[in-house]
Amino acid sequence: MEEISSLIHGFGVALSPTNVALMFVGVILGVIIGVLPGLGGANGVAILLPLTFGMAQTPGGATSAIILLSCIYWGALFGGAITSILFNIPGEPWSVATTFDGYPLAQQGKAGQALTAAFTSSFIGALLAVVMITFLSPVVAKFALAFGPPEFFAVYLLTFCAFVGTSKEPPFKTLAAMMLGFALAAVGTDTVTGTLRLTFGSTHLLTGFDFLVAVIGLFGIGEILLTLEEGLAFRGASAKINSKVVLETWRELPRYWLTSVRSTLVGCFMGIVPGGATPASFMSYGVARRFSPDGAKFGTGKVEGVVAPETAAHAAGTSALLPMITLGVPGSPTAAVLLGGLMIWGLQPGPLLFVEQKDFVWGLIASMYLGNIAGLIVVLTCVPLFAAILRIPFSIIAPVIIVICAIGSFTVKNAIFDVWMMVVFGVLGYLFKKTQYPLAPLVLAIVLGDNAESAFRQAMLMSQGDLGILFANALVGTMTTLALALLGWPMISALLGKLRGKQG
Amino acid sequence: MTEGPEGGGRAAFGQKSAELAVAAFFFVIGAVVIADSLRLGTGWQEVHGPRPGYFPFYLGLIMCAASLINAARALLAKRAEDKAFVEVGQLRLVLTVLVPTAVYAGLVSWIGIYVASFLYIALFMRWLGKYPWWKAAAVPGCLIVVFFVVFENWFKVSLPKGPLENLLGLG
Repeated sequence: MEEISSLIHGFGVALSPTNVALMFVGVILGVIIGVLPGLGGANGVAILLPLTFGMAQTPGGATSAIILLSCIYWGALFGGAITSILFNIPGEPWSVATTFDGYPLAQQGKAGQALTAAFTSSFIGALLAVVMITFLSPVVAKFALAFGPPEFFAVYLLTFCAFVGTSKEPPFKTLAAMMLGFALAAVGTDTVTGTLRLTFGSTHLLTGFDFLVAVIGLFGIGEILLTLEEGLAFRGASAKINSKVVLETWRELPRYWLTSVRSTLVGCFMGIVPGGATPASFMSYGVARRFSPDGAKFGTGKVEGVVAPETAAHAAGTSALLPMITLGVPGSPTAAVLLGGLMIWGLQPGPLLFVEQKDFVWGLIASMYLGNIAGLIVVLTCVPLFAAILRIPFSIIAPVIIVICAIGSFTVKNAIFDVWMMVVFGVLGYLFKKTQYPLAPLVLAIVLGDNAESAFRQAMLMSQGDLGILFANALVGTMTTLALALLGWPMISALLGKLRGKQG
Repeated sequence: MTEGPEGGGRAAFGQKSAELAVAAFFFVIGAVVIADSLRLGTGWQEVHGPRPGYFPFYLGLIMCAASLINAARALLAKRAEDKAFVEVGQLRLVLTVLVPTAVYAGLVSWIGIYVASFLYIALFMRWLGKYPWWKAAAVPGCLIVVFFVVFENWFKVSLPKGPLENLLGLG
């Protein structure tokens, strides 16, 4: 039970007055970010990350910084539900499935009930995922301590192949988007030999493209342009939550325990393999509809239809941090941004973190428990305030968000060039979204590109250029084989589908 | 801006042309990556192992191949699937935001981020929101003061400034 004592130590770190204050600040900011169109977990964290550079330099500051940023993430996860239920606008992609039953409930005047159910099940999903992280991550980290460059490259390969195999976008588009990410990561000074690559004599490109700017542009500006197409107005139900509604809903919720458990399992699984929260929420909604006795009534305003996607989305969003802290491989775009933050602060994510930065790791894990409690308190008490944000006219909120994105891009490296890049990435984000090129693998490739490449090159050095090293032992061989199987999965499943079609 | 609402629903671009354009974009980037990798060398080098161009070279190859397949799939798609990529009305809305945003990004280096942001938000509110001038000036006015205090004083982050800040002695 070493984990328990480490965790208690972590609570000691996380419970300092500064850190608790930062948790509430983070959650409130996160909910606002989650509610606003064009700002989400990934780019919200990306915009605020440069502001933590100074904070992270002070002793214990890196822990405070990660607590602030991860709480923004929890807040954004909670915030997505508010817009889905009240306005039928999913503030975040993972809350799309919440609109199916959440909005009908709000139209029937049961917005309070729907919100309470959403927040509570988000909380439970996250909590179960954190418990899993607490006990599983030290094991994974210990296991991964023995990893060498070939094993790490196999993990990266597995991550990226899983995108091709599991994403709902066409596989060759996923592949193209991912390769673009790797190419952007390669721009600048080569980390192994110091040679300049793909800079074409431009001084702006010497240090390469910053993934934060890409995230802000792709997700922020791109999202605003997409929202514009839908028109300029929001119309929504009003929200009132009082303690009576909360207690009544809480009394009802234990009935759906089986749905919660199933959704948590789906969520945790999808979070660890890089599927992310969005597919988890859809999958969980589908599973709940199939197994629930009320399945046929889903979509007309069933509380259970809110519980299922919210539990899964939060469980997935939380467990996406498990591979991030133990292997240095994030399970979601937001986790990728957090990982980038660790690297900027001078922490090397991966198994050694558990040995060398005990305070940091366990402080972070403890803050996941506390941050979600803080989140639940904040959202249950302040829903009307957050809903009011959406009543600010679009013609004010949109330029303000773009200005904030511009400031965020500038502060990354104090370069005006990055503000221009943000606009370029914004246009790309808009085009890619509309032509179904997935953004998540692109972002992950920008963040992990250099690491993946150097792992590959070190592995090649070890074997003197023999690719066989990726199959040299059982562990690395299994991972590589699994990766290749996932890569070929779209073709295999298409083939199977055709065969089945012929039989039928 | 004089066109009636019936013009707004027309397709500005078809989905197929957009698909082809994006695929072409990927192909060009892939080709650029391949060209630069060939310059750097894609082979094996003593001590360092694979040359700097080794990894990007294969990325570029995959990117070009994938974009060819994507282009072929777009070409082979059934005519019925060629729906509007963006309608004229939608495109107009997108451009009314995109063009000022690009101008804004260009202005930042000339007049600083505060003045540029003020103008950007004010004009946005005036043109798209049809707010009276005093409101369109007051809202961004208050906002940039808040931004200034938060970034320059609290976070000690210096944002780009222009002639106005220098004149006021804030630069």
